Amino acid sequence: MAYSEKVIDHYQNPRNIGTLDKESTAVGTGLVGAPECGDVMRLQIEVDDATGIIKDAKFKTFGCGSAIASSSLATEWLKGKSVDAAMEIDNMDIVEELALPPVKIHCSVLAEDAIKMAINDYRVKQGLEPIEDNKKHY
Amino acid sequence: MLSFPIYLDNNSTTPMDPRVLEAMLPFFNEKFGNAASRNHSFGWSAEEAVDYAREQVARLVGATSKEIIFTSGATEANNLAIKGVYEMYGSQGNHMITVTTEHKATLDACKKVEKMGGDVTYLSPNEDGLINLADLEAAITDKTILITVMYGNNEIGVVQDLKGISAIAKKNGILFHTDATQAVGKIPVDVLADGIDLMSFTAHKMYGPKGVGALYVRRKNPRVKVTSQMDGGGHERGMRSGTLNVPGIVGFGKACELSQNEMAEEAVRLSAMRDRLEKELLTIEEAYVNGNAEHRLPHVANISFKFVEGEGLMMGTKDIAVSSGSACTSASLEPSYVLKSLGLDDELAHSSLRFGLGRFTTDEEVDFAIDHVKTAVHNLREMSPLWEMFKEGIDLKTIEWAEH
Repeated sequence: MAYSEKVIDHYQNPRNIGTLDKESTAVGTGLVGAPECGDVMRLQIEVDDATGIIKDAKFKTFGCGSAIASSSLATEWLKGKSVDAAMEIDNMDIVEELALPPVKIHCSVLAEDAIKMAINDYRVKQGLEPIEDNKKHY
Repeated sequence: MLSFPIYLDNNSTTPMDPRVLEAMLPFFNEKFGNAASRNHSFGWSAEEAVDYAREQVARLVGATSKEIIFTSGATEANNLAIKGVYEMYGSQGNHMITVTTEHKATLDACKKVEKMGGDVTYLSPNEDGLINLADLEAAITDKTILITVMYGNNEIGVVQDLKGISAIAKKNGILFHTDATQAVGKIPVDVLADGIDLMSFTAHKMYGPKGVGALYVRRKNPRVKVTSQMDGGGHERGMRSGTLNVPGIVGFGKACELSQNEMAEEAVRLSAMRDRLEKELLTIEEAYVNGNAEHRLPHVANISFKFVEGEGLMMGTKDIAVSSGSACTSASLEPSYVLKSLGLDDELAHSSLRFGLGRFTTDEEVDFAIDHVKTAVHNLREMSPLWEMFKEGIDLKTIEWAEH
């Protein structure tokens, strides 16, 4: 399969690989996918309590080039955004940016789910209600 | 100088040896006759060339030239052997025995036999890819007419105990067919010593051209016949009609001659190279060799790397041409059925690489492959959450995954 240049770039030079302290109340963690499905994505955000701005984002992904690129791109987009704005990131934005083919759309879905899971993990730690995701992907 | 990607997929196909090409060239235009034309010199010279090639092919496997039936390749030879035996010997029984790790050409021909009313037993191999001879004996019934077990496996290189299998077949009066596509030309194969009744093999796995292969059909003790699957002019003793592919057959013959002369030396060189590749790659943590490490072809290594994903691994090893344990060109990831038959879970089957070294593989290329794979696995693990969990001592089986 031919990958787009952007996917190859993220695969070869992944942004923001790493691990944040998942016990910290300022950190939200999202872990989605399953090993037997061939994709596991972990996305973490660190939020500035005072401003509500995401000051750091890290990922680790077990998966194909498109899954790695989707999560790498997601961390780039998350940094500097408010938590509320981050909630608005749509998987189709990722599809468009990376020119993912139809068989790889699920990689972008995973990334969106990981973002939302990380945000909700952070919200729950802050004593807030998790936000219901009404968007049905599957 | 290395040129990329480096070809390490010689189990899929091999480049043609220049000496083979040279032998073939006159038969495209200068000596273009039909080997079946009996009335002029064009036909005679083609026939002579085919006869000579038939000798070369027969000699490599210890057969006589009359026992070689030329086909379009090993897939056709497997079909002719399996369906041809079923049709020829149907009155004696309708049962066949094969193994789950056979090539698709064998498995699908067996499926066709089942559709035609036959019964097929599919034996499961041990974890190392070898079959249990006791399982084979237990599967035999008074209706069994054919046992078909491949010589050397295409994915893992495991070489079965051919003599043990053929002895069981002989004792029970059952015909024995082997798909020797990966073995012929790589290791000594002798139809008499090995007790083989029918054997499929092909030119393009041994530095010959694509589109030509052969089925060995034993003529004595017992005299074996198969019902033709391609009807027409009655070529190849009536077992395979169709104008002979003269240039291809000439190339096949030359390839056999070269293998016969060079196989012993080449096997020593290739197995040393393969062992070095394997030893180096096994210095990577959580890397495993698939298949029996003792009974196998000299040029094949199949290795799984835990905690990296198959498609990501293929992308990370793009400078070498190898096969992976998954067919991930479509939306559905299909792990290798051969590796699954050995008991590997889907994950480990997906993250395996098959290396097939060949006549033209150099030490320098192997060195590059070692570094390239080590780097790819390292990089992918650096970004793998599974690797991090494994390193922290977390049992991945205990995690509740948010599945899709």
